[in-house]
Amino acid sequence: MTTPTTDPTLAPDGIPIKRNRWFPARKRLPAAWRRPLAVVGIVIILTWTVVALLAPWVAPHDPLAQDFDRYQPPSGDHPFGTDVVGRDILSRVIYGARVSLPLAVLLVTLSVLVGATVGAIAGYVGGVVDAALMRVVDLFFAFPAIILAMAVAASLGPSLTNAVLAIVVVSWPAYARVTRSLVLSLRETNYLAASRLLGDSSGKALIKEVMPNVAGPVLVLASLELGNAVLLLSGLSFLGLGAVPPSPEWGSMVSAGAAVFYNYWVALFPGLAIFTVVLGFNFLGDAMRDALDPRSARSVATSEL
Amino acid sequence: MLFRFILSRLGSAAILSVGIILVSFILTALLPGDAATSRLGERAAADPEIVAAVRARYGLDQPLYMQFFIYLGNLLRGDLGTSIRTQNPVLSDLAQFGPASAELAIAATLIAIVVGVGFGIVASLRANGIIDQVLRVVSLGGVSIPIFWLALIAVYLFSTVNRIFPSSGRLNPGETPPPQVTGMYTFDSLVAGNWPLFISALSHLILPALVLSAPMIGLLLRFTRSSMLEVLGNEYVRAAEAKGLPRHTVVLRHVLRGALVPVITVLGTAFASLLAGTVLVEQIFGWPGIGAYAFRSASNLDLPAIVGVTLFVALVYITVNLIVDFLYGVIDPRIRRA
Repeated sequence: MTTPTTDPTLAPDGIPIKRNRWFPARKRLPAAWRRPLAVVGIVIILTWTVVALLAPWVAPHDPLAQDFDRYQPPSGDHPFGTDVVGRDILSRVIYGARVSLPLAVLLVTLSVLVGATVGAIAGYVGGVVDAALMRVVDLFFAFPAIILAMAVAASLGPSLTNAVLAIVVVSWPAYARVTRSLVLSLRETNYLAASRLLGDSSGKALIKEVMPNVAGPVLVLASLELGNAVLLLSGLSFLGLGAVPPSPEWGSMVSAGAAVFYNYWVALFPGLAIFTVVLGFNFLGDAMRDALDPRSARSVATSEL
Repeated sequence: MLFRFILSRLGSAAILSVGIILVSFILTALLPGDAATSRLGERAAADPEIVAAVRARYGLDQPLYMQFFIYLGNLLRGDLGTSIRTQNPVLSDLAQFGPASAELAIAATLIAIVVGVGFGIVASLRANGIIDQVLRVVSLGGVSIPIFWLALIAVYLFSTVNRIFPSSGRLNPGETPPPQVTGMYTFDSLVAGNWPLFISALSHLILPALVLSAPMIGLLLRFTRSSMLEVLGNEYVRAAEAKGLPRHTVVLRHVLRGALVPVITVLGTAFASLLAGTVLVEQIFGWPGIGAYAFRSASNLDLPAIVGVTLFVALVYITVNLIVDFLYGVIDPRIRRA
């Protein structure tokens, strides 16, 4: 194996290692498309994305304008009714997509950046650094997500930014675990040895060789977590620790309806929005898990819940 | 072998606990807000003498690492600080609200095990059939539904529109709680032999417990299904079938036993999702437990209380997972060597 003739692009059995930069298992992705639930999930997500992008044109009214009689039940003019100060709930639900979706993507991205960095360092450096970092990860796993997030949000003060930060604090460890285990399995491969032989520094090898191979599975896990991100964020807002009025955030809209649930429409429709978005992400994620089956991503995803 | 296994698990749980205490210390010490005044009520915080006394008592005039040891010492004496909102020691608040949460969590877990594992078995036996697909949607729905919204719908449908269950509290107004044994009213009223009270406590418990169990049902259903399928593919199952044993004997005697062992391990992690749900569910059902306490503390920016809850819940979580680890080690000897 140490002879210089070893071709780093060939596995020991002589089969070329397919190294697609971003999706190592892409050739198996179409399986996901054959699953009806996955298609439903994609349709739901695409619909909400379009709604979010086109909100000013789709929404019948201004989401903040208090133009109408309060607590009108659903009708032709106001399909989702009106709320406590006479705002059109349909318009608020539509604009809510502009709050929840980008923030979910943002907080998952931040968690991936933090988690993947920690995991890559732990896996690549190994030894004491690895042990220490992984104990820190264990530690954060032991804290129940929403309660730690509540503590962080409570001490930083209620705002959407702080809620996002609080959730990042509780959600990065999952990515650290996956990234570490992926890096560990890569560390002994031939092409990494080749990169070292070519004189690449550790840092360069990490970015040039390790990162592209880790990216695929980590991105899969990240996409699985988008639904959870929406749930946690709206949960914190429901508790009054996220979005601040009059922001049209779904969780806080449900919260506004909680006190007056005999006017069922105030809480029903924003909650339905959360449910459909999360369901869409989970339909998609479930199919992706089955199709790609990155074992590491799956085991962490289930243990993280 | 078993002894060493238990010892090593105990050791790592202890290390983890110290780490958790460290994090909760950092939360109190480093986040904005004066730790001394945040331990006091508003009136006491206005008195510089009292503030100085508290600073000395909690060692806030000492360097940070000394503060940690003082904090640790206070914890060992059961001093978690004083809640700003209730003006009670946080520990006595926790002791007061703990049993209600325990009752709710245990009830939800039992429901989730029966429904989730039961339907998981059904799904695996009808893998990829129509029932399996329906159950897949049910389980994904369970983990996708915002639990605070589900709780509101449940209250609306079963308490407001149809008065089947009471909408809030643990007992009807005017009823006195049973003599305290565990603090869990359903259990205590049974012990006291008070049937009407038991019925009342149970009818208050059912709705919040059902709502709380939804995500856990989803989780257990999926996990049981995949665990069953894995075992069903084993050689010994084919051997048992080849021997001509009836299907139900094979499933109940050979498959189920092997398949349920891994399910025990998710119980610990599923318990965490349950704890998260209690905050929201207790709030909506007016259930006087730790979750509602945590919420009221957080919305009043009552830092000592919320940190106390965080610490307490994390320790409960570690303990539950320790028990799960032990159970798993006892049932499956292979684990002990790992």
